[in-house]
Amino acid sequence: MSLLSRFARNRLAVVGALALLLVLVMALAAPLLYPAGAFALVGPPTQPPGGTFPLGTDTLGRDVAAGIVWGARTSLIVSVAATLGAVVLGVLTGAFAGYYRGITDTAIMRVTEFFQTIPSFILAILLVAVLSPAVTSEILAIAVVSWPGIARLVRGEFASLGGREFVLATAGLGAGDARIVFRHILPNCASPLVAVGSLLVASAILFESGLSFLGLGDPNLMSWGLMISAGREVLRSAWWICTFPGIAILATVLSINLVGDGLNEAFNPGLRDR
Amino acid sequence: MSVLSIQGLSIALPQGADRPFAVQELDLDLQPGEVTCLVGESGSGKSMVARAILGLLPPRVRIGAGSLRFGDKDLATLDQTGMRALRGAAIGMVFQEPMTALNPLHRVGRQVDEVLRLHTKLGRRDRRVRVLELFAQTHLPDPAQIARAYPHQLSGGQRQRVVIAMALALRPQLLIADEPTTALDVTTQAQILHLLRELQRQQGTAVLFITHDFGVVADIADRVAVLQRGVLVEQGTREAVLRHPQHCYTQALLAAVPVLAPPARAAPSQTPQVLEVQHLQKTYRRRSLRGHATHALDDVSLMLRRGETLGIVGESGSGKSTLARAVTGLVRADSGEVILDGDAMTGLGRRQLRPFRKRIQMIFQDPYASLDPRQRAGDIIAEGPIIHGMDRAGAQARARELLGLVGLDAAAAARYPHEFSGGQRQRIGIARALALEPDILVADEAVSALDVSVQAQVLELLAGIKARLGLSMIFVTHDLRVALQICDRVAVMRSGRVVELATAAEIYASPQDPYTRALFAAVPGAAWERSAA
Repeated sequence: MSLLSRFARNRLAVVGALALLLVLVMALAAPLLYPAGAFALVGPPTQPPGGTFPLGTDTLGRDVAAGIVWGARTSLIVSVAATLGAVVLGVLTGAFAGYYRGITDTAIMRVTEFFQTIPSFILAILLVAVLSPAVTSEILAIAVVSWPGIARLVRGEFASLGGREFVLATAGLGAGDARIVFRHILPNCASPLVAVGSLLVASAILFESGLSFLGLGDPNLMSWGLMISAGREVLRSAWWICTFPGIAILATVLSINLVGDGLNEAFNPGLRDR
Repeated sequence: MSVLSIQGLSIALPQGADRPFAVQELDLDLQPGEVTCLVGESGSGKSMVARAILGLLPPRVRIGAGSLRFGDKDLATLDQTGMRALRGAAIGMVFQEPMTALNPLHRVGRQVDEVLRLHTKLGRRDRRVRVLELFAQTHLPDPAQIARAYPHQLSGGQRQRVVIAMALALRPQLLIADEPTTALDVTTQAQILHLLRELQRQQGTAVLFITHDFGVVADIADRVAVLQRGVLVEQGTREAVLRHPQHCYTQALLAAVPVLAPPARAAPSQTPQVLEVQHLQKTYRRRSLRGHATHALDDVSLMLRRGETLGIVGESGSGKSTLARAVTGLVRADSGEVILDGDAMTGLGRRQLRPFRKRIQMIFQDPYASLDPRQRAGDIIAEGPIIHGMDRAGAQARARELLGLVGLDAAAAARYPHEFSGGQRQRIGIARALALEPDILVADEAVSALDVSVQAQVLELLAGIKARLGLSMIFVTHDLRVALQICDRVAVMRSGRVVELATAAEIYASPQDPYTRALFAAVPGAAWERSAA
């Protein structure tokens, strides 16, 4: 059975994938849907949903729907970039540790433990506060707190694949370390990496929302966290300002998790029958 | 009156499997006091029969038709509760891997005790007496101490004895043994077979013994049933099936089993030596505080002549695989020398070692683990030449040529390893080793994981290639039959030492070391072959 048809066996994962596709289309189409941008004052403040503004307006008269669409852009850019950064860093360090073992391994693993013992959100706040609130600092901070998990995963895979006969066989042909690592071991740990990496995107979205809720996001980019932060004081009189970005975060994170589970099952067909 | 009567049993596989039925219309009667061997190659459906009897079929596999009459019950339709009452009590079971059959967290005494607690009304003290009695019956040394041990503290043979004690604790009418000795060394295997036979005779148990090994069949069977792709092609007494097989498949299988005797061949000529191993030492450090250091190689010296096949025979832990890896430079020896055509290989760095690697190539045991699952066969074979500086196109052309040499189609180059059978994969492994045009091939248990018929073909291929290309070969195996067939000289290893080294004819005719003699005596089916001669 192909990967795709195994993935499709999990109905929830397909639903998640469709929802995710919708968010992606929304993010890509933002300049077409709301060419004025998310910060434009387009109507009277605190208009309830319905009428001209399907999701209402906020306390300054900005369109909530425009915020959602432009916020999807920010969330996806930050989370995907941060995840890629974390994966690259985690794969490199994890591969080193798992392939060479010994003292390199011990040293790298102690460093990951150092990161894992610090509450990661606090560390991220600290990093962004030090680096000044900008989209690049957000990406960097999230990547820095996320890589240790990937490093440990990759190290484990490398340690178990390193003793396999096909790796020995390649070494026996006279291959160098780089060839063995990048040609043979890494492609064989692609499937857990994709599954875990997809879940990392979800947690990065939560990190990003949290940071911008605290006012540490990029001031020039609309973000779901920022919208919730702006609307929280009028939650009782204008519920829609907080609620819709909240739903957007929930739906996106949930659908990424569903896709991640689906991928995991598709790569490991045994899981479902167990 | 048979203990179990299987009639018209068909086991349906889920859609998308390679065939609709794992087993088709099987009729088999198991008589009390008899051992019935169900023989077949991998994929013949023999284990499915065992699992169907025990009600332990894998998910989505089910009994399509037929009945399994056990006393007044039909196991094919019995529900899980009914099955549970029978399993362990009326039907005992012994599986291949004793380590996984035991719970690693519990003392073995407690695990046997649990069987008694679940199925009998014996008190704590009576159960304890019975457990020790069972351990004594299975000839475990010092039963009281064994009962307190955890599975990992026992040897493979001892663990299998515990599993057998557990299976026979309630004196079942039927014992299902699925390849119970396949994971064990030959000498241990001989002891376990003897034990099973002895206990089965004492208790009058009917045994369904599943195996792929005709040597084992000859040692233990009363009746033999041969399964080919889910169809029972022949059954009868051991005499009838082994001496006068009727079906062509049985005949082919029996013909593929190597005879335990060296073929008549010309005395080896005194060609110059290509490889010399001098005083090789390798010690693996102890892993835990209580562990012992293992001397994998303890002062091993031998040499290989040009064009010769040298067999390295030994049981697990004898150091034979470490020797193969030390010779190919995959494992660094602690001291000693490996000398290739007058040049010492030991102590060289990776870069300096590279030209030597080209000249000694290895073929691995496991055809499933030794090929990178994410590379095409062509790329796997072409990799060696590319590393050593050949251009891509040239290496790919060479790979296709080599595929032809090992008897595969050139189109196979574009396929991934999982699309091949075990034997075909081993051919790809051989082609990869040949791609560098080595002088010496080191084959580490290269045919052990293959079915007998495939094993015969691969051995033939190796011998042919060796003769055609003028190679020398080191052939590591646990199987004396195979070693005698293809080796000019045989070295017997035990605990890291070479205990005996002689020509195949000499070692067969007059083994000097007591351990060599023990190995010969333990070869399954050896006694049966001698009785025929």
